[in-house]
Amino acid sequence: MDTVEHVRERLLARFPGAEVTVVPNGSPAGQHSLLISAAHALEIARYLRDEPGLAYDQCSNVTGIDWRDREVIDIVKDSQPGAPGGPPVVVERKVKRIEPGYLEVVYHLYSLARREGPVVLRLRTGNRSTAVSVPSLTPVWRSCEFQEREVFDLFGVVFTGHPDLRRILMWDGYQDHPMRKDYVEPDDYEWEPTPHGDVLTKAKRHYPAPTAPGMTNDE
Amino acid sequence: MFDANPAASPSARVRKVEPSSFGFQPSSVPPPAGGGGDLLEISLGPHHPSTHGVFRMNVVLDGETVVRLKPVFGYLHRNHEKLGEGTSYLGSMPYTDRLDYLNSMTNNWAYAIAVEKLAGLTVPERAEYVRVILAELTRLLNHTCLAGFLMQDCGCSGTPLMYAFRERERILDLFESLSGSRMMCNYQRFGGCRVDPTPAWLAAVAQLVDRYGPFLDEFEELLTGNEIIMARTQGVGRLPAALAVNAGVTGPMLRASGVGHDLRKVDGYGVYPRLNFRVPVGDHGDVYDRYMVRVLEMRESISLLRQALAALPGGPVLDPKAKQRGLRPKAGEAYGRIEGPKGEIGFYLVSDGTANPYRYRVRPPSFVNLTVLEDLCLGHTVADAVIILGSIDIVLGEVDR
Repeated sequence: MDTVEHVRERLLARFPGAEVTVVPNGSPAGQHSLLISAAHALEIARYLRDEPGLAYDQCSNVTGIDWRDREVIDIVKDSQPGAPGGPPVVVERKVKRIEPGYLEVVYHLYSLARREGPVVLRLRTGNRSTAVSVPSLTPVWRSCEFQEREVFDLFGVVFTGHPDLRRILMWDGYQDHPMRKDYVEPDDYEWEPTPHGDVLTKAKRHYPAPTAPGMTNDE
Repeated sequence: MFDANPAASPSARVRKVEPSSFGFQPSSVPPPAGGGGDLLEISLGPHHPSTHGVFRMNVVLDGETVVRLKPVFGYLHRNHEKLGEGTSYLGSMPYTDRLDYLNSMTNNWAYAIAVEKLAGLTVPERAEYVRVILAELTRLLNHTCLAGFLMQDCGCSGTPLMYAFRERERILDLFESLSGSRMMCNYQRFGGCRVDPTPAWLAAVAQLVDRYGPFLDEFEELLTGNEIIMARTQGVGRLPAALAVNAGVTGPMLRASGVGHDLRKVDGYGVYPRLNFRVPVGDHGDVYDRYMVRVLEMRESISLLRQALAALPGGPVLDPKAKQRGLRPKAGEAYGRIEGPKGEIGFYLVSDGTANPYRYRVRPPSFVNLTVLEDLCLGHTVADAVIILGSIDIVLGEVDR
């Protein structure tokens, strides 16, 4: 059984300059993953597929995850001069900072030849708006072709080197990326004879007053 | 090894597309290199009975030969995965029924396995056997229907499909009496199953299993050695093993290409390691082999059902300690997969410690299997493209999600 540490060592031995980090998984599944830098992604993928000792010949699952900006509170310890002659006093101070979000692409690799797997690869974009490119792994595994198109369509990750990067589930003229966490669904209001809950709040936006037939604005 | 140079893949030939005179995409067909006749661009589907749902293929024809084919998805898209993020873990279970609506039992199982991995739950032994019984019944149902649909696509109108549906109905009756619903079973739970099957139900399964072998004999006598079907399907849509592996093709389609890869053997989930069965493998990877592998798999399923029924232990079918409604797994992720009738159906879940999954991803086998559709159809006629699509065995509820 290949462990991620074992795979990581082999990758680092082969590509000394590459950044390969183990991302721990806190769930009982315990399937840790490898975060690889975009610069070396394609050659690492090729090596994983072609090296006989690894032979990860099947890329089973490709998907994206949207990680939003996070507010992180760091505790900073400052030492201040204490009472005259005494030791300095350590004062803790909370500092808020915004950790920028990113989009992540996750690949689940299996080896049919060696009956091994999965090795989980992760690629991260620089941020969620301007630097959203990662290299496409379709040249290495054809199974990524439609799945990467889907990640492009629903998350907005741009795969450089993909042979046919178009929307796949949404229509071609569509603008947004629905699987983003900050996606706002369109206000496709339809009148309902028995409005309730969300429908009623929506209806109030559309019919401020007086109400449409069958509706009350009493609430 | 398949040379996966993007320039060599058929997709590389379709780059930027522009609206054609027909008003649909893709267009801008380069004229064939050696002169040749005019190319005709047609849209096959989405409302076409042979596309098994609302699936469209934009086909470019040279005479009657397919020179390019682009599948168009999304007519049934409802963003299943976003719905999964908006509801609790248990709340997604009935939604999984709607993915591949022929095989709700295996969809449920794959999702349950993913959540059980994520939350570290165990499954009672009786439930594992019940799951095997239901999964193999589902496999029988799916493969029988597929054979019927495929024959319908070949032009054997009616008879094989009606025979298949007659048997399907018997299995659906069993599902209904167990779970309350024919197709949307919503039966599996995290750490077991929802209802304990009664002895009468198990006897009905045993009766069905005993009848299924003779039915298959009859079905095969009608189809397998049929000269017309052999002429129609042999050598059509060949899928080389190297391409199948590289393109992530799974299930009977991969095995028809000669790769003996079955997750029931490879992962050994559930109680499959204790049961004795063989994995049928094809030689040529053509449409006929895909049909044949499925028929042989049904024979193995019958044997698996007999073994599971004989070995079914007593005890509970649901771990009482497993939380269902208030499940809040620790932050982390898990990927659970099983061998569904159509291939590897997997669920990838990311938890952030709350009651809803942070990310809920379905790995749909028929969507990934469609990757090679163009490779299979190039050089064949339109009528062959229809049966190649039929042999891939897609369900649009799962492809479009």
